[in-house]
Amino acid sequence: MMHGGGYTVDARIRWPEWLPWIAALAGFFLLPEYLSLGARILIYILFALSLDLILGYAGIITLGHSAFFGLGAYVAGIVSAKLGITDAFVQMAAAAAAAGLLGALTGAVILRTRALTLLMLTLAITSIILEIANKATWLTGGADGLSGVVVAPILGAFRFDLFGRTAFLYCLAVLFLGWLLARRLIYSPFGAMLTGIRENTQRMHAIGAPVYWRLVGVYTLSAVMAGVAGALLTQTNQFVGLNVLGFEPSGELLVMLILGGVGRLYGAFIGPVAYLIAQDLLAKQFPEYWYLGIGLLLVAVVLFARGGILGLIDKWMPFSKPAASAKASAR
Amino acid sequence: MILYVISVGLSVTMGLMGFINLAHGVFAMAGGYVFATALGRLGVPFPLALVLAFVSVALASVVLERLLYSRLYGAGELAQVLFTIGLIFVAAAVARMIYGTLAPPVFLPEYMKGEVDIAGRGFPTYRVFLIVFSAALIAALWFGVERTRWGAMVRAAVDNRGMAQSVGIDTRQLFTLTFALGSGLAGLGGALGADIIPVQWSYPFEHLVYFLIVVAVGGLGSLRGPFVAALLIGIADTACKYWIPELGAFLIYAATIAILLWRPQGLFGARA
Amino acid sequence: MDAVLETRSLCKSFGALTVAQNIDFRLRPGERHALIGPNGAGKTTFVNMLMGALRPSSGRILLGGDDVTRAPQAQRVKRGLGRTFQINSLFRNLPVLDNVALAVAERRRIALRMWRAAGSYKEIIEESTQLLATLGLAGDLTTPIVDLPYGKQRLVEIAIALGLRPRVLLLDEPAAGVPSAEAERILQLLEKLPPEIAILIIEHDMDLVFRFARRITVLVQGEVLLEGTPQEVARDRRVHDVYLGEQHHG
Repeated sequence: MMHGGGYTVDARIRWPEWLPWIAALAGFFLLPEYLSLGARILIYILFALSLDLILGYAGIITLGHSAFFGLGAYVAGIVSAKLGITDAFVQMAAAAAAAGLLGALTGAVILRTRALTLLMLTLAITSIILEIANKATWLTGGADGLSGVVVAPILGAFRFDLFGRTAFLYCLAVLFLGWLLARRLIYSPFGAMLTGIRENTQRMHAIGAPVYWRLVGVYTLSAVMAGVAGALLTQTNQFVGLNVLGFEPSGELLVMLILGGVGRLYGAFIGPVAYLIAQDLLAKQFPEYWYLGIGLLLVAVVLFARGGILGLIDKWMPFSKPAASAKASAR
Repeated sequence: MILYVISVGLSVTMGLMGFINLAHGVFAMAGGYVFATALGRLGVPFPLALVLAFVSVALASVVLERLLYSRLYGAGELAQVLFTIGLIFVAAAVARMIYGTLAPPVFLPEYMKGEVDIAGRGFPTYRVFLIVFSAALIAALWFGVERTRWGAMVRAAVDNRGMAQSVGIDTRQLFTLTFALGSGLAGLGGALGADIIPVQWSYPFEHLVYFLIVVAVGGLGSLRGPFVAALLIGIADTACKYWIPELGAFLIYAATIAILLWRPQGLFGARA
Repeated sequence: MDAVLETRSLCKSFGALTVAQNIDFRLRPGERHALIGPNGAGKTTFVNMLMGALRPSSGRILLGGDDVTRAPQAQRVKRGLGRTFQINSLFRNLPVLDNVALAVAERRRIALRMWRAAGSYKEIIEESTQLLATLGLAGDLTTPIVDLPYGKQRLVEIAIALGLRPRVLLLDEPAAGVPSAEAERILQLLEKLPPEIAILIIEHDMDLVFRFARRITVLVQGEVLLEGTPQEVARDRRVHDVYLGEQHHG
């Protein structure tokens, strides 16, 4: 079930892997009215990637990933609105640092537990952050949210325009970088090691892997990524509200990832695309049916199509297996 | 205390069946709706309405369990989490479609309103009733679990399912029954609490955290655990809101984290 | 000669249940030592304590002279302690090569590298491949463990431990569950293991024990009954009564 990664696979980028980027660029030129939705999709893909790292690869089930997303979003907003710093990269760096710090601290504390306790703790942590954001009105704007976020033109040249063109390309660039890094990670020995932890933690201990610290490490990395995604959201909307925290964004993200397929790198691409486009089309018109539909879909996926969309594609159109570089070197 | 009634079922279900049922709040919500509807629109008397809430939810849960839940018993935590989240979505949507977005009004009978004089101070009758009722319920549950054969079987199965099965206990039936009981209790709790915790479509979302806290802190599979946990939460919540309103629910979350770190299996849970 | 692995007065109790009592144990470098005893004697518990998967109630464990009683499992492995599990503990969905490569990568400290692809670390792949070849598994490198017959899986279990280049190897019933033809293969493999490695083997198969071990410790109800050469153990009346009497040995 290991998709991508390991010592027997060829890690070079195969041509179908360029399709998402081509599609994104095509969308940019062909569908200019949907750029803000597009940016939102890109942000959620990054967010989903960060979750897949710990959920799909390391096997940590969490409902609290929104804590890092939300913290990143708020830090970016606060740095801009309260501290007057408008450079996009500084804002993002601050968000990444804050999220990473939270990830390291909470990870160190909660990754000694497992299953329900861990789940519970992740939920508690994101709820705490939500509470803080709710009450600290002087800092976060409370229930009204934080507006007045200003982002200076990227690299001094690209101003955020009304049509969302800069926002889209900015998110695309950041996502591309994130994807490159995530892909490198998954195919590296570190990625293989994460898969090992997911597949058989007992064995990993017995081969000398300090599992706990490795998990804290990947949890922190994942938090940084989620924080960057959150910062992107604030920067492209020039606003951040309470809806980036708590159970809902975490739950939604989980749904998106399952829809696409967990532990498969590209599930994090397909899931948000499918979910957000469907939401855009349907949720406005039939809000009650949206939740119903998603709920039924989720139940159906869990019962019948555990691997998500990618899993279904696998069943009907198996792609050729990646070349086994080990066979070549064994001769 | 309502928190306890709702959550005890969850504790037993999760402890017994090892199934992470995040949708437990759905049963509470359903009970609340049934109760309010029965009282209000159908004019059913108060005690009967409570019974109705319990029974209808329990029956519904049996159906759900047989059809859906049982397929996922061995499926791993992620699948269970996702499945129950999906259930929450479906139930919330259905609730919203049937009842709209407002909480249905709860028409308490006359004898439940007003105040009761205890030791010279006036207490709201309904609250007193709730406390007394919950205490009776706990006693009944305790009796049922500690003294009856059914209770012994449940405890055996929680302890070691394989062994229980080989001794001839039909764990499948036991699961269904216990699940029904737990869900029925949730429904009852939702009904009882309908006056205080309004029943609306977002109910399972909003209170999910609290149910999980009670169960996780109390300890899976125990009966006393959620009781103590619910008590602690109730006290802490009231105390906090009274003395340090700015903190809000913050303290509860912090306390949960602290307790779970100190004792990951909950206060009374069995060591995994 | 200094012991490479040693326990002093090792005890373990779970509440009122004592599973290990005052176990004194010494393993010298390159030694071939077997641990035998009736079911429930506490053999696997002992191994778990040696590995660090289980914390003793009292007593000390020394590895290469260093006190590792409180050290976590990963540290002990780094200092040269390896084990196999009684019931295979493999990465079942991963190919055979990866199973061993993960161990080799840990030992070579490249498990934390995040940039280059795993497959580009030729040294790891070659070492793992060679190791698997000596065990006769060269043709199964890319086969997922789930698709292998049980006997071969058992060999992979040993291969992983060998990939760690341990000083001490703890083998928990290596021939368990393996059909007798394959068990012979495993025994031959054990006999060919590098002489520098000290090996402690837990076994029920007496043929294997008497062929392989130079010293035997008999564990009964958590206590050491006897420690000596195979001849001494075979002759001892108490051992016969307690353990060998269960099997009709000539």
